[in-house]
Amino acid sequence: MNNHENTAIEFNQVSRHFGEVKAVDSVDLTIQDGEFFTLLGPSGSGKTTCLRMIAGFDHPTSGQIKLHGRDVTNLPAYDREVNTVFQDYALFPHMSVGENIGYGLMIRKVPKSERNRQVRAMLELVQLPGLEHRKPSQLSGGQRQRVALARALINKPKVLLLDEPLGALDLKLRQQMQVELKSIQHEVGITFIFVTHDQEEALTMSDRIAVFDMGRIVQTGTPSELYERPRTSFVASFVGTSNILSGETAQKITGSAQNISVRPEKIRLVAPETETADSFCAADGQVTAVVYAGMITRYTVALAHGQTMIVAEQNLDDVSKSVATSRGKQVRLIWPCSANNVLQDPE
Amino acid sequence: MRSAKQPNMNSPLSQANPSRLRRISTALHNRPGLFLLLLLSLPMGWMLIVYIGSLIGLLIQSFFYLDGFTGQVVKEFSLRTYQGLFTESHMEIFGRTVAMAAAVTVGAAALAFPLAYYIVRYAHARLKALMYLLVLLPLWSSYIIRVYSWKLILAKEGIVSWFLAQLGLTPLLDWVLRLPVIGGPSLSISSLGLFFVFLYIWLPYMILPIMSALERVPKSLADASGDLGGRPFHTFRYVTFPLAFPGVVAGSIFTFSLTLGDYIIPSVIGDSSPFIGMTVYSYQGTSGNIPMAAAFTVLPIAVMAVYLVTARKLGAFDAL
Repeated sequence: MNNHENTAIEFNQVSRHFGEVKAVDSVDLTIQDGEFFTLLGPSGSGKTTCLRMIAGFDHPTSGQIKLHGRDVTNLPAYDREVNTVFQDYALFPHMSVGENIGYGLMIRKVPKSERNRQVRAMLELVQLPGLEHRKPSQLSGGQRQRVALARALINKPKVLLLDEPLGALDLKLRQQMQVELKSIQHEVGITFIFVTHDQEEALTMSDRIAVFDMGRIVQTGTPSELYERPRTSFVASFVGTSNILSGETAQKITGSAQNISVRPEKIRLVAPETETADSFCAADGQVTAVVYAGMITRYTVALAHGQTMIVAEQNLDDVSKSVATSRGKQVRLIWPCSANNVLQDPE
Repeated sequence: MRSAKQPNMNSPLSQANPSRLRRISTALHNRPGLFLLLLLSLPMGWMLIVYIGSLIGLLIQSFFYLDGFTGQVVKEFSLRTYQGLFTESHMEIFGRTVAMAAAVTVGAAALAFPLAYYIVRYAHARLKALMYLLVLLPLWSSYIIRVYSWKLILAKEGIVSWFLAQLGLTPLLDWVLRLPVIGGPSLSISSLGLFFVFLYIWLPYMILPIMSALERVPKSLADASGDLGGRPFHTFRYVTFPLAFPGVVAGSIFTFSLTLGDYIIPSVIGDSSPFIGMTVYSYQGTSGNIPMAAAFTVLPIAVMAVYLVTARKLGAFDAL
């Protein structure tokens, strides 16, 4: 982790306060070279402020930021080898697509013929060949997105920052761009730092994810680490859906009063009184809601002690064969005890 | 309308009225063309009759001519007035006015842009409101009073001379006043002083459009330019200024045309060399030569038309 050769970004106790508001609070973060790293969190959690501090649009109140081992804490944006894809794309409306993409090269006084050659190569990379003379206003949302990407990548940055770049696209295009971004990252081989509030997007695309809440990083890990072993109930419920059991309910099931989380899809519904093996946990309850959602059916089950659990069952067979097709039915919930995840919630 | 506002509960009409209103609004909703016509007929009527109509009247008048013997306007089509317009002394007046208008426009843009930029980009909400107020404040008081105040400020014994004397800069002032064209016996009787007063009077008309143009330039574009390696100068040169340029053009239309047409400021301040406005005033007033006054007025209109077409060719309106 401390090998500077492989470290792209290093945050050392970075804070950014706006008056009383602690937008970012004592964040430590290390991002490896070549990683697809995602900053995930709800709005106002500090993820975008962190990205802006890496880009140089904002500067920490305290702490240190290193880029490939070099202290960039107070360096202006134009002196950093990072480029950004903005949430609103921020394409220059008075310039053509070609001029937009070539902007960085023009600033660095790259001769026009060389610039044009590289612009064309970039348009190939983002699959928009021949559009260099269009104005941004003549492009669709997805095309603007690609132009913004090309404009950033042409400068061969060491790190590419992406600020919710897919937010404005419709679902289909968004999923297509997710795949494309991954393959472009593979092709250019640089670090991508991606900001999003969409946990599904984060899980699909990232090598590692840092989950932000109220200006702090709550947990950093690979998508499967975060999903399977969330550290706090915030992570458990923000990344995917979780059943969080506490107090007496937890005591009865696990023998300990510590909060635990169980993913809805780990749980099966069986008839009441069904005997289970020792390696399984069980709880009895009454079905209060049934929601058919295509791939799965989601059941809400009320347990004793007032807690409810969500169960997601894949619709493998005809739904009507399931034990709990209707509200009000008594059921037993069983799941492997290994699916219990002990949470370390701050007191 | 009135019965709808004051419903009379005892009258059976009170039930009928809302439905009549509703019928009207439904009718208008179904005929968007009619609705647009109702909406626009008054302002369009005003524009066509009062505004365009008087301009056409002016143009027609400029093709009449004044009979030298009788002193009567001859209402026949003739180019005689225009022949009289293009004389050396008239062209001198024309040149002086256009040069002054151009200088005032450039000066106003140079002063207004940094100020507008500061107000839009740096001032926080309360300061921004205060700055807005300060920009507009001069427009609350009479223009004539302000022009006469400037005459006192710029006078030989005025506050400007006094202030420069306190700084020991009197020789500099004297040197500037000895310069040809812009100089004169004192600031209030020089073209330089006239320039200052024009600049002062028309400056708000330059600041406001530049401000609204800058407000429309998203902050993220400046960030993007910096992100791509552009230093603040590059960002200004390639992004902020081109995008705010329509605002400068809009402002310059005000400062340029207002200076072209003004006749009060050059008759109060300066060395009484005539400007277009003063000449028009004296032709239509003292000498009763309405055709010549009209022809003289066509000149600034032509200048503005050429100016706008050039600005458009230069791409000033591309970023709109």
